[in-house]
Amino acid sequence: MAKVKLPRKSTAIDMTAMCDVAFLLLTFFMLTSNFTQKEPVIVNTPSSISEIKIPETNIMTVLVEKSGKVFFGIDGQDKRIELLKKMGDAYSIQFSDNELKEFSLINRFGVPIEQMQAFLSLKSLDRDRQENAIGIPCDSTNNQFKNWVRFARIVNPQIRIAIKADGITPYPIIKNVMNTLQDLDENRYNLITSLEQNPEKLIY
Amino acid sequence: MAEVNTESKGGKKGKKKGAKKVSTRIDFTPMVDLGFLLITFFMLTTTMIKPQTMEIAMPSKDKVTEEEQTKVKASRAITIILGKDNKVFYYEGTRENDVDPIVEKTDFSAKGLRKFLIEKNYDVMIKVEDLNKEKLQKQIPDEEFEKRKNELMADKKAPIVIIKATDEASYKNLIDVLDEMAICNIGRYAIVDITDYDRELIANLNI
Repeated sequence: MAKVKLPRKSTAIDMTAMCDVAFLLLTFFMLTSNFTQKEPVIVNTPSSISEIKIPETNIMTVLVEKSGKVFFGIDGQDKRIELLKKMGDAYSIQFSDNELKEFSLINRFGVPIEQMQAFLSLKSLDRDRQENAIGIPCDSTNNQFKNWVRFARIVNPQIRIAIKADGITPYPIIKNVMNTLQDLDENRYNLITSLEQNPEKLIY
Repeated sequence: MAEVNTESKGGKKGKKKGAKKVSTRIDFTPMVDLGFLLITFFMLTTTMIKPQTMEIAMPSKDKVTEEEQTKVKASRAITIILGKDNKVFYYEGTRENDVDPIVEKTDFSAKGLRKFLIEKNYDVMIKVEDLNKEKLQKQIPDEEFEKRKNELMADKKAPIVIIKATDEASYKNLIDVLDEMAICNIGRYAIVDITDYDRELIANLNI
C-alpha cells in the first residue's frame, strides 16, 4: 500500500507581523505614558465620587502620612531651585549650586530645612530610606511647612494646592494642615481621592 | 513582507556565474522579544489613571466670626458631627428655648446618613434628577448643565449642612461626608470647628 506522503512543512513562522504589532503597542505606551512618581511614603487615599482630574502642571502636592508626617513637592525644576533659594534665605542657609541642582530633581521631600543639606548630599537611593522620611515640621512653634507653601506661592502665583492624605489620618492633623493653609489665605485647594462608583437610584 | 526573495525558484536550471546570493531573510524573533519586553516595562511603570480630586473652598479665617456662623437659619441648619469609629451624629436646628435638639446616631451607609440627607433635600434632588434626564435626552452642554445645577442647589429652602469633626474622626470620615454632600446635591455646607456644646450633646447621648 502506498502511503500518502505529507509534504514536510517548515515550522518557522514569519515574525514580521508580530514585530510590527509589538512596536506599535510600544509606541502607544511610550506616547501615552507618564511615569509613576516615586513617593517617600505609601498613602492610601480615600475614595470619592468626584471625577475632577488633577492638573499636571502648576501643582503643589502636600502629602500627609497616617502618622502625621507632612511631605511637600512642587513641579517645575526651575521653580524648585527658586523655592529652595528663598527657603535658604529665610532660614539663613546657603545652598551650593550642586545642592540646588539636586533639589530640582526631587519630587517630594519630607525633611526639616536644617537637615536639607545632609539630605541632598545623599545618593538618590538612600534618600528613599525610611529613616529619611522625617516629615516637615508643621506645628505652631516651628511651622516650616507654612513657609514652603508661602514661598511656593511667590515663586509660582498660579500654583494650586493638592492635599493627598491617608484615609486613616486622624482629623486633628488634617485640621492643622488646613488651618495653616487658611492662615496663608489659601482657601481653595484640592483633595486627592481615588474614584468610587457614583450610586444610582437615589430617590426611591 | 520584510524578506526580499532574490533567489529565483528553480534556480538549478539557469545557474549563473558570480557571487553566491545570500538570503536576506532575517529572523525577527529576538526583535519581537525585545519589543514585548519594552512594552511590559512601560506598562508596569506608567500610570494610566490620573488621580481624582475634590475641590474644596474653605472660608478665610478673618472673615468668619462666631456671629456669622450662627447666622445660619436654625430651621435650615443640619449639624453633622463626626465621632470616633466612623460614627456620625446629626441634629437639626440649634438649642432653642432651653431645649436641646434631638441628636441622632447613624453611619456612612446608604441607609444611614445619605437617606436622611436625601429626605431633607428631596425637592432639590428631584429637580437635579430631572435636569440629569434632560441632559441625557437633549444633550445640554456641560457648562450650562453645571450652571443650572448650581442654581438648583442654591435653593433658598435647601438645607445648610454644618460639618463638625471631633478629634477622634479620621480624614476618611471627612472625605466621606464631603462625598455625601456631592451625592445628595447639597449646595451649602461648611466645615466648622467643634464646640464644647456639641461635645456635650454627644457625651450625653452615649450614656
